[in-house]
Amino acid sequence: MEYTVSNKAKMTSIILIVVGIVALLVGVFTSHGHHTGTRIWANLLVNGYFFFAISLAAVFFLSIQYAAEMAWGVTTQRVFQAIMSYMPIGAGVLLVVLIASSLHQTHLYHWMEPGITDPAAPNYDEIIAGKSGYLNLPFFWVRAIVFLGVWMFFANWFRRNSLKEDALDLSQISGGVSPNYKKAIKMSVLFIVFFAYSSVASAWDWIMSIDVHWFSTLFGWYAFSGMWISCMIVAVVLVIYLKSRGALKEVNDSHMHDLVKWMFAISMLWSYLWFAQFMLIWYANIPEETIYYIVRFEEYKLLYMGTFFVNFLLPFFVLMSRDAKRNAIFVLPIALIIFFAHFIDVLVMVLPGTMHDEGSLGTIELGMFFMFLGVFMFVVLRALSKAPLMTKNHPMYDESIHLHH
Amino acid sequence: MSEKAMYAIYDDDYVLLESAKHLVAKGIHIRDVFSPFPIHGIDPVIGLEKTRLAITAFIYGMIGVALAITGLWYFMIQDWPLNIGGKPNFSITTNIPSFVPVIFEFGVLCAAHGMAITFMLRNWTLPGFKAKNPYPRTTDDRFVMEIHASDSDLSAEEIKALINETCVLEIDEK
Repeated sequence: MEYTVSNKAKMTSIILIVVGIVALLVGVFTSHGHHTGTRIWANLLVNGYFFFAISLAAVFFLSIQYAAEMAWGVTTQRVFQAIMSYMPIGAGVLLVVLIASSLHQTHLYHWMEPGITDPAAPNYDEIIAGKSGYLNLPFFWVRAIVFLGVWMFFANWFRRNSLKEDALDLSQISGGVSPNYKKAIKMSVLFIVFFAYSSVASAWDWIMSIDVHWFSTLFGWYAFSGMWISCMIVAVVLVIYLKSRGALKEVNDSHMHDLVKWMFAISMLWSYLWFAQFMLIWYANIPEETIYYIVRFEEYKLLYMGTFFVNFLLPFFVLMSRDAKRNAIFVLPIALIIFFAHFIDVLVMVLPGTMHDEGSLGTIELGMFFMFLGVFMFVVLRALSKAPLMTKNHPMYDESIHLHH
Repeated sequence: MSEKAMYAIYDDDYVLLESAKHLVAKGIHIRDVFSPFPIHGIDPVIGLEKTRLAITAFIYGMIGVALAITGLWYFMIQDWPLNIGGKPNFSITTNIPSFVPVIFEFGVLCAAHGMAITFMLRNWTLPGFKAKNPYPRTTDDRFVMEIHASDSDLSAEEIKALINETCVLEIDEK
């Protein structure tokens, strides 16, 4: 069944963008001090990373489906393919931030400062110099370009492969199994291996290196679980929306149940990793590690602790039962709340290191978020309308539509 | 009650499932099914209610969490505060992060054990109890339905005739 972007959806995304821009401008004109420029760059990084990571996690989830030969997800494959269509725009925003930082137009990454690794320079920093084998601009850019390029290559490949599979005539193929499916399994395994390293390294590069003196071996996983849960939320919300429009009839209660189970489970994974990272550092109490938490507890306490409790307790108590997982009235509000809370999570990863004690959740932050949300929504819905909502010729299609548990 | 039960014996889970659908459609009530492994989709066919075991698991988990918090408060704060790595030891609220792993594990332990014991009590299958399984081979390669003639309006003969329409191996009465 085809889906067309309704005028209402178009209007909603345009209103989000306009409201976002207005709020951003209000924020820019009412804020004073010399931090406004940094604040806008930091927010650009937050939104660039947050929304790009959602589409990246969609590629990852799609490839797990292939690698595990997962049947139930076939009915929602096109939703994940639509989410990953945002990748080029997200990558563009990220690249703008990274280029501006590398050209010293903004001061998000302290380690990019000229002379900081030079013992003769006045701003020489021994710790950063010790990390310069990894954190130097040429190697940083090699990684950034390889990661973005390979991820987008795979996203594009999965999408085109799936569309090619639709066009197949299975009666002409010996064995009756689509060859594109078998190829997709191999490609997805390659992607997962690459993603395992690159998702972690990209979190170090783009987010963790903001607090350059600090490090956490768990950080990559923490960022990864955050992008995964955000992606599952987007998928759940899209499926609920499409079903309310009368589309995606093949998706039944059991599919919804499975999707929300993922949302629930990854929510718990995120909470687990958040706490694991915090507790080890709290317990060891080493000054160079606790500094990360001290600034968050002193200046961003409500945002930082609020994110954790909202993202852990709300899904845990509301979505625990089977009936709640199948009921959009419970799922939708929780999904939207924890989606925003995961945005705050990324915000609090970036702001303390860039804005120090000057950062907050103000009109600039909210404005940028709504602006990017509008763009993201528009791009994803347009991608949904470009192909039939149900794949054809997928060998597990029949098994998927009969899912029942 | 001296009424005999009828046991329809099958050698395949799928055959039993299809036969059960057939018999239920004819108005026969199937009291129970014995099989070596869970048969997917049999519950709604023979009219089993949804299990409430999950709710008990949640309650046991919460009891475990409450017990663990109370216990840790008493052992580590109230009764005998220990200085471990200089961590705060006179207040449960400031020291809670170091207790979270224990609280979590104890919650899981209570949920899992409580659920297993409840399950075995409800089925009356705790260790040492006499097995109620009518056919020991249902723990190996046989699939058996238990049918009582008094549960439905049909006579025992009619029921037997209907069971014989399915791919049954044999019908036993005892």
